[in-house]
Amino acid sequence: MKHTLIALMEDKPGVLNRVSSLFYRRNYNIESLSVGHSEIPGISRMTIVLEGEDRIVEQVVKQLSKLINVTHVLDVSDKPTVVRELALIKVKAASRTRSEIAELVRIFRARIVDVGATSLTIEITGPEDRVNSLVGLLRPFGIEEMARTGRVVMVRSGENDDGNNGKVYSSQTAMPQSVPLMAQEVPM
Amino acid sequence: MKLTGAQVVWESLVREGVETVFGVPGGAVLPLYHALAEYPLHHVLVRHEQAAAHAADGYARATGKVGVCIATSGPGATNLVTGLATAYMDSSPVVAFTGQVPSPVIGTDAFQEVHITGITLPITKHNYLVTHAQELPTVIKEAFYIARTGRPGPVLIDISKDAQIAEIEYAYPDEVHLPGYRLPASDFSPQIQAAARMLNEAQRPVIIAGHGVILSGTEDRLVELAEKGHIPVVVTLLGIGAMPDEHPLCLGMGGMHGQGHANMALSEADLILSLGSRFDDRFTGPPSTFAPRARIIHVDVDPAEIGKNVPADLAVVGDLKDVLPALTPLVEARDRSAWLSCIREWREESAQLDILAQETDDLIPQYVVRQIWHATQGNAIMVSDVGQNQMWEAQYFVHRRRRGLISSGGLGTMGFALPAAIGAQIGCRGERVWVIAGDGGFQMNIQELATVVQEQVPLKIAILNNGYLGMVRQWQEFFFERRYSGSRLSGPDFAQVARAYGIPGLTIREKSEVVPAIAQAMASDGPMLLDFHIVPEENVYPMVAPGSAIHNMIRHPGTVRGGKEE
Ligand SMILES: Cc1ncc(C[n+]2csc(CCOP(=O)(O)OP(=O)(O)O)c2C)c(N)n1
Ligand SMILES: [Mg+2]
Repeated sequence: MKHTLIALMEDKPGVLNRVSSLFYRRNYNIESLSVGHSEIPGISRMTIVLEGEDRIVEQVVKQLSKLINVTHVLDVSDKPTVVRELALIKVKAASRTRSEIAELVRIFRARIVDVGATSLTIEITGPEDRVNSLVGLLRPFGIEEMARTGRVVMVRSGENDDGNNGKVYSSQTAMPQSVPLMAQEVPM
Repeated sequence: MKLTGAQVVWESLVREGVETVFGVPGGAVLPLYHALAEYPLHHVLVRHEQAAAHAADGYARATGKVGVCIATSGPGATNLVTGLATAYMDSSPVVAFTGQVPSPVIGTDAFQEVHITGITLPITKHNYLVTHAQELPTVIKEAFYIARTGRPGPVLIDISKDAQIAEIEYAYPDEVHLPGYRLPASDFSPQIQAAARMLNEAQRPVIIAGHGVILSGTEDRLVELAEKGHIPVVVTLLGIGAMPDEHPLCLGMGGMHGQGHANMALSEADLILSLGSRFDDRFTGPPSTFAPRARIIHVDVDPAEIGKNVPADLAVVGDLKDVLPALTPLVEARDRSAWLSCIREWREESAQLDILAQETDDLIPQYVVRQIWHATQGNAIMVSDVGQNQMWEAQYFVHRRRRGLISSGGLGTMGFALPAAIGAQIGCRGERVWVIAGDGGFQMNIQELATVVQEQVPLKIAILNNGYLGMVRQWQEFFFERRYSGSRLSGPDFAQVARAYGIPGLTIREKSEVVPAIAQAMASDGPMLLDFHIVPEENVYPMVAPGSAIHNMIRHPGTVRGGKEE
């Protein structure tokens, strides 16, 4: 099953390396990884997408949680989420194909952000499969360059979300509410 | 108080209660060494930085305190690597200091620059690169805290030379602020109740006692629990000493070279309570074949160990210091005499008893280890190396003393024993410390005999000299058509080498010389080396072939079946 993890970590030199080398060292296969600032000063937020058995993903979560600079790790796979990815796609555009491309851009609610003599640069933001479809449709025109951010995720604010607006951790305490996700629960 | 970065380091170490540091100086730590003389710290100069790390590790394992080592940048730092990995695999609390080139030239491939924080990333619990002296007090405070709390482990602090020289106004923090470092809760009553219920219902329970019992200092609590519930205990290699081997409920070591009855008990158990062990593959065999009839309760301070190798039916994440006092009162005294007598019957088939009972004039290693045990009455800190010698020590020495065995379990580092024993002896000056090593491993850190002399460490060193990389040869004999490729080994005359270093040395070739030689070593106040020329092709029995379930043991010579190579 595909899992989406959110990890918050101190924004210090080397921390990204600690996280990424952990995946390599423990032989976990990461599908996408994106990182940027969070709402907490000094704390970066990483979204990790990986395919794997639940047991392996549980290990990933626990091993990540063990890193001293990682403050929170959450598996949000079974939570309602907003998932977005941004892509910049530079596609070949001859005068006869321009309008066809522009039409696709309109249908996908993407934008043309740069126009060159022989190419167009398109920006699309959306769920990953929408980005994939547009990429698929643009491919025949000739994609010259592409940059994708990988997924970023936020848990939706639901009706019965304990008044936390879907926020899965609390920044005041900087303490996780659902980490470690270990098998502390009692079977039987 | 104004201090240089170098003074900050030593001042902070003194405040952490450190008394001894093991190391080798060099260009990038000259400021540190210069300031060292001003502080009440004993510096032990080793002959190779690997030994500094092993000595710090041995010191930590023998005393329960944090061991400290220091090395210069570049080659000094890389020489620490094996020692840090050894400490990491065995959860030993060590703090290592390395010098780094001045911060303006970091990243330029300066003379003796290596990226040691990058190199040691996967083999330390945490590490730091410090380029500003102001960061040092906090970093050192955190490093000691991280090294000794939770699941202990090594922490490395790399300090640029300019940060050692810079002056700061010194204040040592009282507390650490580590938002990403959480220790497990100490309240887990639902889990404890469930664990007690499962134990009380079990007909054939077994406790596995791992290194965690020793690291948490809960040896007495373990005995209390076992005695109350009449529950037999199997120890792991690093769990040896968690319970006295002679205790009627102690079944001894399990695993690849464990006792037959211990492995049978694990295989037939209906419940396993694992206390601070990580289900290492050398202990469990293939996980799918391990304890097929048992439900498993896994107690560990590190949540990541739960379910990593063997799935747990119940997990208790916590420090045994909290878990055992909560659990034992809920455990009922049950009559388990049927189970215990069943185990007793298995015990009578023990390969070890056969081997000891065998009448031979040959100088066999099992006899040597037994005689050392007799001479010490088990009151010694044994430090074993890696290979057959390690297994014979584990099998034939009857461990009684707490923290009575120090060995490299997880990494299996040849060359560990001598430097680790130096650390152990310096940490426990009044104790008897014995090294048991093979002729191969001993040559991997033989230079530390000089440290033994310089520091006047009264180690008793027994080399079980078989002229082979014996454990390798045994595998080749069993599983690789007896082709002894690369495992025939020549060595020096170890007794003469010892004498050259200034240590009395004896060569023992006859069985009849064993007891007098050991007595002579015991009687001397200083160090002594005994080179036992044992039967060259003696094997370790029993043995579980790699890939086999642990109840499938090769018990005796002549029963070798082809095993599967992993
Ligand atoms: C540093 C290191 N290199 C290689 C090995 C692989 N190895 C495991 S046991 C062994 C043989 C050890 O020989 P010796 O020290 O003579 O001990 P014996 O088995 O003969 O008692 C070897 C080479 C190891 N464990 N550690
Ligand atoms: Mg040997």
